[in-house]
Amino acid sequence: MASLVAILDVKGKSLIQRSYRDDVPPSYIERFLPLVLDMEEENVQVTPCFSNEGINYMHIRHNNLYLLALSKRNSNAAEIIFFLHRLCSVLTEYFKELEEESIRDNFVIIYELLDEMMDFGFPQTTESKILQEYITQESHKLEVQARPPMAVTNAVSWRSEGIRYRKNEVFLDVVESVNLLVNASGNVIRSEILGAVKMKCYLSGMPELRLGLNDKVMFESTGRAARGKSIEMEDVKFHQCVRLSRFENDRTISFIPPDGEFELMSYRLSTPVKPLVYAEASVESHRGSRVEYMVKVRGQFKRRSTANNVEIYVPVPDDADSPKFRTSVGSVVYAPEKSAFVWKIKQLGGGRDYLMRAHFGLPSVRNEELDKRAPITVKFEIPYFTVSGIQVRYLKIVEKSGYQSLPWVRYLCQNGDDYVLRTITDAKSSSMIAPL
Amino acid sequence: MAMAPPRKGENWELRQQLNSEYRDKRADAIKRVIANHTIGKDCSGLFPDVVKNMQTDDLEQKKLVYLYLMNYAKTQPELVILAVNTFVKDTADPNPLVRALAIRTMSVLRAEKILDYLASPLSRCLKDENPYVRKTAALCVAKVFDLKPELCVEYGFIETLRDLIGDGNPMVVANAVAALADIQEAAQALPPSPPPSPGRSSPPPSARPNSHLFAIDPPTLTKLLVALNECSEWGRIAILNTLARYKAQDQQESEHICERVMPQFQHVNAAVVLGAVKVIMIHMKNVTRDDLLKSLTRKMAPPLVTLISSPPEVQWVALRNINLLLQKRPEILANEMRVFFCKYNDPPYVKVEKLDIMVRLASEKNVDTLLGELKEYASEVDVDFVRKAVRAVGQVAIKIDEAAERCVSVLMDLIETRVSYVVQEAVIVIKDIFRKYPHSYEGIIPTLCANLDELDEPEAKASLIWIIGEYAEKIENADELLGTFLETFKEESYPVQLQTLTAIVKLFLKKPDESQAIVQRVLQAATKDCDSADVRDRAYIYWRLLSSDPAAAKSVVLSVRPPISLPQITVAPAILEELLGEISSLASVYHKPAATFIGKGRLGAEEMQRRVLEPEEEVSREKALQTVVAGNQAENLLDFDADDEPTSASISGIGADGNSLSDGRISSAAISNAAKSTNPLDELMDLFSTASMSATTAQPVAPASTVAGVPGLQPNNDPFASLSGLSSPPSAMGSGGVSPTPPQQQHQQQKQAVGGAQDDLLGLF
Repeated sequence: MASLVAILDVKGKSLIQRSYRDDVPPSYIERFLPLVLDMEEENVQVTPCFSNEGINYMHIRHNNLYLLALSKRNSNAAEIIFFLHRLCSVLTEYFKELEEESIRDNFVIIYELLDEMMDFGFPQTTESKILQEYITQESHKLEVQARPPMAVTNAVSWRSEGIRYRKNEVFLDVVESVNLLVNASGNVIRSEILGAVKMKCYLSGMPELRLGLNDKVMFESTGRAARGKSIEMEDVKFHQCVRLSRFENDRTISFIPPDGEFELMSYRLSTPVKPLVYAEASVESHRGSRVEYMVKVRGQFKRRSTANNVEIYVPVPDDADSPKFRTSVGSVVYAPEKSAFVWKIKQLGGGRDYLMRAHFGLPSVRNEELDKRAPITVKFEIPYFTVSGIQVRYLKIVEKSGYQSLPWVRYLCQNGDDYVLRTITDAKSSSMIAPL
Repeated sequence: MAMAPPRKGENWELRQQLNSEYRDKRADAIKRVIANHTIGKDCSGLFPDVVKNMQTDDLEQKKLVYLYLMNYAKTQPELVILAVNTFVKDTADPNPLVRALAIRTMSVLRAEKILDYLASPLSRCLKDENPYVRKTAALCVAKVFDLKPELCVEYGFIETLRDLIGDGNPMVVANAVAALADIQEAAQALPPSPPPSPGRSSPPPSARPNSHLFAIDPPTLTKLLVALNECSEWGRIAILNTLARYKAQDQQESEHICERVMPQFQHVNAAVVLGAVKVIMIHMKNVTRDDLLKSLTRKMAPPLVTLISSPPEVQWVALRNINLLLQKRPEILANEMRVFFCKYNDPPYVKVEKLDIMVRLASEKNVDTLLGELKEYASEVDVDFVRKAVRAVGQVAIKIDEAAERCVSVLMDLIETRVSYVVQEAVIVIKDIFRKYPHSYEGIIPTLCANLDELDEPEAKASLIWIIGEYAEKIENADELLGTFLETFKEESYPVQLQTLTAIVKLFLKKPDESQAIVQRVLQAATKDCDSADVRDRAYIYWRLLSSDPAAAKSVVLSVRPPISLPQITVAPAILEELLGEISSLASVYHKPAATFIGKGRLGAEEMQRRVLEPEEEVSREKALQTVVAGNQAENLLDFDADDEPTSASISGIGADGNSLSDGRISSAAISNAAKSTNPLDELMDLFSTASMSATTAQPVAPASTVAGVPGLQPNNDPFASLSGLSSPPSAMGSGGVSPTPPQQQHQQQKQAVGGAQDDLLGLF
């Protein structure tokens, strides 16, 4: 429960605010940033929720904005923080970018949204697709009056009735992101697969869908011998359209999908994964003059597959200058804003490895600060491949009008946002890297 | 208003436009008014002109006018009446969106006059055929209750709300539940008079008199469980909160609730997941079936782990809650330590929390990976985080005996980096390791002493001096080393002075022949040149001890101390139980009971009176807290001010009258004192400023003898550490989060035993 929600700019000035209960005066908004600055000054950790003089401040950051909720009670912090994130994503869907300018330009519609998304401090509707049906950018004309879509209060609150398509199609994307952490000696110390099944639904009416995966738990419970490989998903999260109790009972994934694009489910596996794209670098640093890198990359997957758009970020000192690169494949650019250079390879075949060398100048005045020791990060995409071996066995679509529809399935494996290799080693013996 | 406004300027212009004959111009003007309001300009002067535009078919314009009214109704109470007609008309509009909008807005205009007109539209809307209107109206009842509780009673709105729990539409059910819970909370804050409404259903025996506003009986429970599976994510949260309040009749019912709530673990909304965890943690207490218990704990782990890949702020809320959960049920995530490894770009508040959880999950099995990880963190750039990582190494050493040696070797590696703050932190940590494993790792002492010159922080210095004093007989040049500190004695901070003093006395007792001169010098310096009363007093005590009875001095100063250990929980058990019942709320995020951070009125006399008159639902909780208070008082050896009657001591200064306590219960003030004792320093400061010294009865002195073995690795909960931090002198090492048993305190205990020097501690206050 929140008494007041506000969006603040980076200086802590309120851009727009909405008070839902009168128990917290809006003047407290202005106290937020000074409080944060005070805490920073006193070396106190600034946390997303804190309390001061009986007022609880809960905030998140988005670009250069603070989204802030105030409350006087022992509110549900998880609910409010999550709501603020939802608010963020709804506003982003409305205005493409959520930033100072788009807020100033659209204050009318933001007021409308704030009014609809929360009432008396309780979150109400945060599905942006449904909101867009009755809160639109153009004002309503006399003749066609907006009415609350059935969906707002329906048991099926995510889909409106009467949707029509000439061609009924469903696109399923199974995307797996690999997060892993490799330590300096090249061993994987943590790895996980975060999978997501994304759907694009262009179906008429109120279709009932059932999705079948090669889920080990289901195979076991039905006593059916699995043909081929089955996988054990550790934690599954569903879009609110999926009937959770049904899944709990017999592992059937059944649902009435929202229209258009959405994420049906996500899952997690912590089966050990070897780094699909492995990179290591050795550094030879001559303080005060130059630093040299030799980077090796290897595609550790089947020869048949290729990794696309591989990008390897190798950190360099903040004050490095005059870069020189040499490589046999791809291109290398220096990204000083990230304190790194990026080696881009359009296509990296399975089982292949490549080398690149880099050379930077260092200022003769030694930087007093310590090296940050940032790790190497890698981005890649491997199409038609999943690490876990997940497979869509079937997607059944039943609608009372009985139309035919086509499901399309695609698989993709990519890096997660935490694909990190701490494999930068100092080459003490200078012979390791030959001069450029 | 009365003054004729000038005929120029923006407001005048706007007024012209608001009264224009063209629709477009008027709509535009309203937008500009709202824009002006948004950037903080006062637009109250335009009230009558804006209200004129209320009757319109343009929904957007209507919304804007309503928004204007919401913001300015308070400033123009006598003009609000102008709007009433339109409002009442709109609540009967054919468009449900308009009906809902009208009733929603009308109920938040804080004007007495409007409220009288609200009653009949509201009762109509509560029975509207459209669920969107009904769900909006349900919350309106809570709004009206907030403004004028009598009205709700007069028109029986609360009964209607209860009926709505049986509504066919899950969203309506959810909002009705949310509204009832809100009313319940508001009613508790009211003076005790409010209306006992004629209860429709007979409340269950467990319900307390004032909780009948929203009593949950078994039929309601069934309805809630049905609605839970069907309603939107936010509705689920409201229902889960209510389920958490329900007192199950028997074990079977608890099991049933757990089974029905469990599927919510799969929900994508983190707040739903945490809400489900809360319900299950509460109802799990009554479950005894082994297989169910097992499956509950097993199923709880994966969703919690998945929360760690949410956005950082959500992650943090989850981590704080996980930290609490682990204090109660450490087995839940026993195999999942790896997911808490810090990412390079995690925000600092997440990293710190993860670190804490990792130490909690450390076991013999995973300690090697953990140490490797901690060592990695110690080479990062964020100084604060690096220090915490080093500290974590020490905590692991104290927690797991088998790993101590590996921890020490990691620390030695870290000292070799010669990065100043790493070395200092490592020294502090090693001191703790010596306190847990005396005489085990003496081999590293020379390396430590070699870094003597690098230490510039008081805590690190004090730690090293303590080590030297403790092992003076093994260190050949101990007198020399301590001599260097003695030279700068006057410039050092008090904790270092105290340590120097004690260490040299230890040295003297161990090697009397060589150190006669140095002990003389330190006693001189401490008694003559030092302006801290504590240092001086301690010096005098040593002096007298040494001169009168060296044998007694030896038994006092050199006695064997019990080893320290790592506590499993950071808050008192009773409070932990309370917090676990509030998972996902702010209280569980702060790790403080709600009473300590909300409304100052909570501790007022009025509040206490209310509590006495109508005891809260949570009698058990109070009882638990009472026990804590009583326990604290019993263990409070050093309190001289407390009379024999414990309660009177604890309320004085809070300003309550003794009558309210006539029933013999420990006052809620005392309880909140007890609660406060677990809070960080600032809370204590508050307490000191408001309450007289006697108020400290509730949170004193890490009860000397018993706690001697418990290190306060978490500064937050260790009353002694915070106490001493407050009036810094006595505990050199206690302040920074290490242990309530730095040597000095033991001396103090021993001195007590000998029968002297209690005034030393008194000087504290």
